[in-house]
Amino acid sequence: MTATPEPFLGATDHTPVRHHILSVLVENKAGVLARIAGLFARRGFNIYSLAVAPAESNARFSRVTIVVDAESAPLEQIVGQLDKLVNVVAITDISPKDALERELLLATIKTDVDNRTSLLDIIANAGAAIVDVDAKSVTVMLAATPGGCDELERALESYDGVELHRTGRVALPRLGKLASA
Amino acid sequence: MQLTGAQALIKSLEQQGVDTIFGLPGGAILPVYDPLIDSSIRHILVRHEQGAGHMAEGYALATGRPGVAMVTSGPGATNIVTPIANAHMDSTPLVIVTGQVASSAIGTDAFQECDITGITMGITKHNFLVKSAQEIPRAVAAAFHLATTGRPGPVLIDIPKDVAQSMMDWWYPSSIEEYDLPGYRPEVELDDDAVMRAVALIGESERPVLYVGGGTLKSHAAAELLAFAERTKMPVVTTLMARGAFPDSHEQHLGMPGMHGTYSAVTAIQKSDLLISLGARFDDRVTGKIPAFAPNAKVIHVDIDRAEFNKVRHAEVAIQSNVAAALRAFDGYGATPRNLDVWWKEIRGWREQYPLVYDAPTDEGPLRPQHVIEAIAAKSGAGTIVASGVGQHQMWASQFWKFEEPGTWVNSGGAGTMGFGVPSAIGAKVGRPDRTVWCIDGDGCFQMTAQELVTARSEGIPIKVAILNNAYLGMVRQWQEMFYEERYSEVYLSADLPDYVKWAESMGCVGLRATNLKEMHEVIDEANKINDVPVVIDFRTDASEKVFPMVASGASNDDIMVHPLQRGASR
Repeated sequence: MTATPEPFLGATDHTPVRHHILSVLVENKAGVLARIAGLFARRGFNIYSLAVAPAESNARFSRVTIVVDAESAPLEQIVGQLDKLVNVVAITDISPKDALERELLLATIKTDVDNRTSLLDIIANAGAAIVDVDAKSVTVMLAATPGGCDELERALESYDGVELHRTGRVALPRLGKLASA
Repeated sequence: MQLTGAQALIKSLEQQGVDTIFGLPGGAILPVYDPLIDSSIRHILVRHEQGAGHMAEGYALATGRPGVAMVTSGPGATNIVTPIANAHMDSTPLVIVTGQVASSAIGTDAFQECDITGITMGITKHNFLVKSAQEIPRAVAAAFHLATTGRPGPVLIDIPKDVAQSMMDWWYPSSIEEYDLPGYRPEVELDDDAVMRAVALIGESERPVLYVGGGTLKSHAAAELLAFAERTKMPVVTTLMARGAFPDSHEQHLGMPGMHGTYSAVTAIQKSDLLISLGARFDDRVTGKIPAFAPNAKVIHVDIDRAEFNKVRHAEVAIQSNVAAALRAFDGYGATPRNLDVWWKEIRGWREQYPLVYDAPTDEGPLRPQHVIEAIAAKSGAGTIVASGVGQHQMWASQFWKFEEPGTWVNSGGAGTMGFGVPSAIGAKVGRPDRTVWCIDGDGCFQMTAQELVTARSEGIPIKVAILNNAYLGMVRQWQEMFYEERYSEVYLSADLPDYVKWAESMGCVGLRATNLKEMHEVIDEANKINDVPVVIDFRTDASEKVFPMVASGASNDDIMVHPLQRGASR
């Protein structure tokens, strides 16, 4: 069984054409992440990114945002199996076309004070911010769509010695779009 | 009232109505074994922790109540991993209590430490590491709730030694809300729209088959199934996990589907226009080659677990429900197929042409294993419970024993765990002491868990074990004969080593042997007269006997191989 194919939407350098975003509310208990990761591993479901944080300032629950590969298994299977985990409280499936997705990128670029003009252009174009600076390096931050983060990452490829970290995305449904359980 | 965590655990188990624990003590679980002395709960001291797990499974399968096992940390816990995996595959309700090293020692590679909650994450429905004595009642209540509701399964509770030793104020959860399971909602509302669509599909069908799986037994739906089947006149097949859900003696019952199913059950499914799956999961041993499985059938899939829908086979209608409720709803709407006379005429033709057969027994032996099973069945009263290991003997037991009611067939389905027979038979007998319990075993399986007959003898659990001794790992031998050009690799076991009669006697059981027909009848009669100690019979059977019909692994069900006696006539 395959899920209905969807048009190219929201694909980025790091996520395929057919990804889906699962926003999963879980009990904030030891081992919950291992249960989710173990389930994906043993059932052969692929994860593209995963972000975890306490949910709604409530210590009892956490929100896990999982970008799943809907090619590796039908979404119905992934959601059905995930829902069987006792610590999983709610699953919101957000289709990329209905999603507001954002990701945080941090990058430190080694560059002398004298050679920063083009870098400053790149930073300005991307809408990134400089958050730290010394004589030999600059650290920038970008909170943007995954595609926007991809663009900055590509723009920085010409620099040597870039240390770049991305958080994986979080997402909410666009206003007026109903997410499905 | 102040109790130790250990006392609270035992009291919580009593609160759940537990009458029996299968277990074996050790360092980390020691504190819990002390209050057990003063408890009304019967403890069965096993000889190996695997035995405890399979006994708990046998108990659960025979009674429908959750089986309980208790073992220590480290190797005690890992020894019960196989039964946990087995119960997970077969959706058998178990509660397993494991001791754990003291909280302060967790993560330090302490003596007999192992991460059993990590190990069993993928093979339990859920597990708990209990961090304070005060939480024990909640963990126990939640474990039984999880194990027995929705799709049942094994739940493990891991209790560090210091938690068992520390004090708590006794309490017990009085409602499900107090179980603290915000993500667990086993109750589902029947989708009326889906039911209506199912009723419409049934109304259009001319060649329906009721494909009955283990979920039918788990949801205690045998009565609803019988009523629905008789009203609609539909043919019924029962999977390996569902044997006993519908009487084998019933005219509408075609038997077991799948790799070693009856010709009529397999073929009826293949030719059907509608498959009504009731708590079954389209296992590869039933479907054979999936694209060729029931190619013209629409599917109504009833299951309590929605993750089963469209996992293997697309369902035209999926109904998340327990089987009993769905069948009542179908009946409520008067779901009725078209006239099935033509369909039945065809099915009867298959049934008459290809019944289950085997070569005629000879007076002098070796014995035909199928004949031994039929002889035991003929000499056993109604309601006899049959347990089995895994392999040829299991298939023959499923084929040739006639199951008439739920809870009479105890076996390892999904996991295929050799050695399941003896301990699960013991567990079944503990749960149903009023019933005769026969274990139909193979010589390979018997050697894996036979030590539990010491348990059976010392605890006064008089089961009867029939070893179909063909001196081989028979099912593997059959595959090597048929698919590996008779190159027999590492399957010979010897009929005489061990000496099963002496072994049985050394374990305090009665040991008997039969090599020819006369002896076969004599030893079965003798075994049936013994009701105080376990009996083990070494039946010397023909190693060349193979299980038929057979659908080769990965082949289409259309290419079913019938018994050699039935070949030649075109089918």
